[in-house]
Amino acid sequence: MALPYSKRLIELFLSPKNVGEIPDADAKATEGSPACGDMVQLFLKVDPETKRIMDVKFKSYGCASNIATASIVTELAKGKTLEEAKSISWKDAERELGGLPLTKIHCAVLAVDALHTAIENYEHQHGLLKEKTPTTPEIIIQRLKRVIDPRKGVDVVRAKTVKDVVVENGVATITLNLKQDEEFAQHLAQEIEERISPLWDIEKVEVKYS
Amino acid sequence: MKVYLDNASTTVTDPRVVDLMLPVFTENYALPTSEFIHTPGQMVKDLVEGSRKSLAEFIGAKSIEIVFTSGGTESINLAIKGAALEHGIRGKHILTTTIENRAVLDSVRFLKRMGFDVEFIPVDREGFLDLEFLDKSVRKDTILVSVQTVNDEVGTIQPIEEIVKIVKEKNPDTLVHTDATYALGWLPFNVESIGVDLASFTAHKLHGPKGIGALYIREGAKIAKIIDGGYAEFNMRGGTPNIPGIIGFKGALELVVSNEVERIRRLRDFLYKQIEKNITDTVLMGPKNFSQRHPANLNVSFKYVEGESIVLYLDMKGIAVISGSACFSRGLEPSYVITAMGHSHEDAHGSIRFSLGRFNSEEEVIYTIEVLKDVIKTLRDLSPLGGN
Repeated sequence: MALPYSKRLIELFLSPKNVGEIPDADAKATEGSPACGDMVQLFLKVDPETKRIMDVKFKSYGCASNIATASIVTELAKGKTLEEAKSISWKDAERELGGLPLTKIHCAVLAVDALHTAIENYEHQHGLLKEKTPTTPEIIIQRLKRVIDPRKGVDVVRAKTVKDVVVENGVATITLNLKQDEEFAQHLAQEIEERISPLWDIEKVEVKYS
Repeated sequence: MKVYLDNASTTVTDPRVVDLMLPVFTENYALPTSEFIHTPGQMVKDLVEGSRKSLAEFIGAKSIEIVFTSGGTESINLAIKGAALEHGIRGKHILTTTIENRAVLDSVRFLKRMGFDVEFIPVDREGFLDLEFLDKSVRKDTILVSVQTVNDEVGTIQPIEEIVKIVKEKNPDTLVHTDATYALGWLPFNVESIGVDLASFTAHKLHGPKGIGALYIREGAKIAKIIDGGYAEFNMRGGTPNIPGIIGFKGALELVVSNEVERIRRLRDFLYKQIEKNITDTVLMGPKNFSQRHPANLNVSFKYVEGESIVLYLDMKGIAVISGSACFSRGLEPSYVITAMGHSHEDAHGSIRFSLGRFNSEEEVIYTIEVLKDVIKTLRDLSPLGGN
C-alpha cells in the first residue's frame, strides 16, 4: 500500500518550511491560478550589496506536491545569490523530494517558475538587467501567457481575452475583451498589473475593457 | 479512528451477505446450463431464480425482466449499445445528460463514432436536467434517452417519472434507460410507476458484493445482446453467471430497511449542519433542497483550498473521502459533473464528496467534523487566497 508520494514529500506537505508572506518584500511573483488548481506566491528579500537571497517565503494553493515543491524550492534558494538561484531547476526540486509522480512534475515547474519570475522582477526593478531591451507588445504578450482566465481555465492570450496591447512612453495599455462589471474583471486586471508592472521601463499599466 | 466516507464509490460487503455467498463457492457450485440439468445444477438454478425473483419484486418487475450482469457498467453498456444495435435502422438519435456516469458517456461516445447522433441535455447549477430542452429534443428518430436516477457525486435526484412522461408523449417508441446504480435500496424505485424501459443496477453500492449487477428490460422492449456465448439470462447475456454474486445480491436487498436509510439521512444532515456552523466560505454542490438529494450524499466545496490536499490530510487522520479536484484525478481535469453544472473550476478543485453507509456512526461523523475544521484552517493559513 503506497501513495505515489515519497516520505519526504509527505513530511514537507504536513510541515512545510518558509510559509508566509514578507510584507516589505523586495520582489514578489505569483504563478498558476486557482482555476488550474494550483498557485504559488513567492516573496524575496535580497541583500542589495551581495545580491544574496536573505529571506524567501511562499504561500500555496494546491495539492500536496505543490506545497512540498514550493517548500523545497524556497529551501534551495535561501542564502544563494540571485545568479546561483537562477540555476535551480524543477529537477533539483524533484531530486530533493526523492521523486515526483509524472502528473505532478508541473507542480515543481510552477514553484521554480515563481522563484525565477521573482528574481527577474527584482532585476527589472533594481537596474540589474544586462541588456535593457525596451518593452514591446510582444514581450508583454509573453508575460500575459502566464495569466489564467478563471472563466476558461486557460491563459488570457489563448482564451483571446486580450484584445490589444500598446506600449507608449512607459505606459502599457492592455485592452481586454471583457466588460468592466464582469465577475472576474477586477481580479484579472490586478493580476495583469502585477505581471507587467515589474518590467524595467514600464511606469504605468492601464487595463481597459471593451 | 478509521472513518470510511466513500460509500458512493463502493461499500463494504455486509458480513451477513458474505456468509450467504460462501457456500455457493464450495457446495452449490454447479451451473444450471439447461432446463434438464442434473441435481446439483437444479439446486443452483433454484437459488439463482430466487435471487432474480427477489430483485424483480424489489423494483416492481417480473422475473423474466431481470438480466444479471457483471455490474453497473456492463448493464449500462448492454442497455445503451443494445438499444442502439437493435434500433439503429429506425433512427440514430440518442439523448443523455452531461453528468452521467462514465459508462454512459463512454458508451454514447463510442456510438457517436459509429455514426449515431448523440445529444447532451444540459443541467442547471444543482444538477437537474433541463426538461424543456428534453421536450424540444425528442424527435421521430430518437431511439434512446438515458438519464441517471441519481448522481453519485452531487446527489441530485432527477424527476425520472416526469422525464419518462415527456419522452413517451413525444415519441412512444423511444426507449428510456435509467442508470439506477446509486438509487437501488436508497430511494423508492418502482419500474411500474416510473415507466422506464431499461434500468441498470449494481449490488456493491448497497453493501452487496462487487462484480454483480442487473439490467431491467421491460417485457416487450427490444434490445440486442452484446455479450455472445450461449443462451444464459434469457439469451440476453452469454457467459457463466457470477452465481455467488447473484446470491449476494439477494442478500444485500434483504438487508435493506427504510429506517436505516433514515438514520443515515439524519447523520448526513448533521454532518452538513456542523460543517456550515464551523467552517466559513463553503459552497454546497448539488441540490439545496435535501429532499431532492440522495440521503447519503454530501458534496461541499471549501473556498481558497484545493481538494487533493484536503483528501490527503484527512487520509492521514484515517478519514476516506474523494475530491472533484483536477489534482486528484488521473486526467488532471476537474470534475466534469461540477463544471457541467456551471460551477467554476476553482469550486470543483475545492470540492469534497462525503458519502455515508450502513456502518458509519455518529462518533465517526463528530470526529470527521473536528478533523475537517483543523485541516481547512491549516490549508487556508497556507493559501495565498486567504480565508482565515
